[in-house]
Amino acid sequence: MSDADGIRVDFRGRLGTQEFDVRFKVPIRGVTGLIGPSGSGKTTVLRCIAGLQRLQGTCVVGGEVWQDGAAFRPTHRRPIGYVFQEPSLFPHLSVERNLTFGMRGAPPRPGTGVGFDEVVALCGLAALLGRSPRHLSGGERQRVAIGRALLSNPRLLLMDEPLSALDQASRDEILPFLKRLHDSLLVPVIYVSHDMREIGQFADHLVLMAEGRVRAAGPLGDLQGDPALPLAAARDAAVDLHAVIDGNDIPYGLVTLRSGGARFIVPGPPGPVGEARRLRIAAGDVSLARTALEGSTILNVLPVEILTATPVGTHEMLAVLGLEPGDPEAEGPRLLARVTRRSWDQLGFEIGDHVYAQMKSVALTPSLASSSRR
Amino acid sequence: MAGISPDIWQPVGLTVALALVTTLVLLVIGTPIAWWLARSPAWWKEGVAAVVALPLVLPPTVLGFYLLLALGPDGPGGVVAGLWGGRTLAFTFGGLVLGSVLYSMPFVVQPIRTAFEAVGDRPLEVAATLRASPRRAFWTVAVPLASPGFLTGAVLGFAHTVGEFGVVLMIGGNIPGRTKVLSIAIYDYVETMQWREANILAAGMTVFAFAVILALRMVERASRTAP
Repeated sequence: MSDADGIRVDFRGRLGTQEFDVRFKVPIRGVTGLIGPSGSGKTTVLRCIAGLQRLQGTCVVGGEVWQDGAAFRPTHRRPIGYVFQEPSLFPHLSVERNLTFGMRGAPPRPGTGVGFDEVVALCGLAALLGRSPRHLSGGERQRVAIGRALLSNPRLLLMDEPLSALDQASRDEILPFLKRLHDSLLVPVIYVSHDMREIGQFADHLVLMAEGRVRAAGPLGDLQGDPALPLAAARDAAVDLHAVIDGNDIPYGLVTLRSGGARFIVPGPPGPVGEARRLRIAAGDVSLARTALEGSTILNVLPVEILTATPVGTHEMLAVLGLEPGDPEAEGPRLLARVTRRSWDQLGFEIGDHVYAQMKSVALTPSLASSSRR
Repeated sequence: MAGISPDIWQPVGLTVALALVTTLVLLVIGTPIAWWLARSPAWWKEGVAAVVALPLVLPPTVLGFYLLLALGPDGPGGVVAGLWGGRTLAFTFGGLVLGSVLYSMPFVVQPIRTAFEAVGDRPLEVAATLRASPRRAFWTVAVPLASPGFLTGAVLGFAHTVGEFGVVLMIGGNIPGRTKVLSIAIYDYVETMQWREANILAAGMTVFAFAVILALRMVERASRTAP
């Protein structure tokens, strides 16, 4: 990855009481999730990329040097859009004038789909244009803030936990909209979140932070499936697979999703074959068997290879499973399975074994239902 | 109204002119001072703020006395006045304006500073992320959001200038039509036993003061109910 198609960040130093040493490089496309516990410095890093705060170091975005040594481009000269935790609309301007505040001059770059009418339609703002921000709900305000950021024609959209200040109803309203946004726009996004369930629904890359440092950076699946990282060890560990619709079983309300060579039958709204969906599979919903069960209600039984096994706590084993058995080098999708150590030992599982992973369909959450837990 | 001195309206006009000019000057020079006081991280800014606020505590005659020294023919003001051929700013309308500006400055700067502080960093950060230069952010975001503070500052500055006495007496003297403002006119009428004229002016000032305070309270209330 050269600087021209990447985001390269190298920040060092101290801000307030926190020490930072943040280095990562991610592609400038798709959604990059910047995640970590509260206080790990995610927001500070985002603000430094925006130029709102300054740490010593380097920031190069798409080949443009935004910061390097003494060179520092002020925020208003960086082609960013920024969505804050709180919507932060200008209270003295109407919704429409909030939206057009950043539109001066620059016409939208072709192909990005961020003309005024498109954004108003995408964000569902047509009915709100003449209103004052004072009279909007939390969710409506955040939609306006997102539209406003998009309309400033950004080359990079920075979002700082845009859902966290919202109540549950507003979150459920915004999340599908965010997914639609990422599907339909070509603007790359850096999205700060502490909630893996949220970010897993649309991130392509992850930067995992802890205490002012980068623990790991890479494609979503790689980090979720790395047993050395806290993501896989977490109580609610899961993988979010990139999948496409392979078929619909409308009478039973099921869809078949394909991810790599694996097919999953899951509940969910039907859609055209080939449409992209995310499929979240929690480690606790996957069990392992020596043989493929017959006569079971479990619909998803997949041949897998055990790639790694890590004891977790006193009684559990966390296994990383390759969905393309026989090819351990394959970059294909991976699953996590959390099973008891007793079963593991009784069945004599070993790394490299070809076994069957079983998932009850009703446990799988291909749609937006996964957003409803905080 | 027979028997009323025809000169009674002259100080009224002069006072209104003085208060208007003073308020305008204060809005022009007080705004950057208030902005700096609200936004600067400099540790010594509270020292500047204290200097600006001095007239709140000092007897006006002290301020007037030093101004008189400064503006007299031998002071720096006299030297400056010499540049355009004048002898001194003391006992002129210009001198009155200068004295009033210093005297009323805290009443204009403080509300504007408080309003700028209440705006906070966030709206300006948002403006910057939307490509607004600092100048554009100031005019299109900070000033409109701080407008209640500007209104309060302008009204207080105007009203305070109308009511001043000590500073004006010291540096303006009592020259009819040039430096004889309302408060001095009242004093004069009392001295010369013209009770009726003194009463008219004093009552007018009382009504004016009441109206100003009432208006300010209403504005404050309106801006509080519309957050």
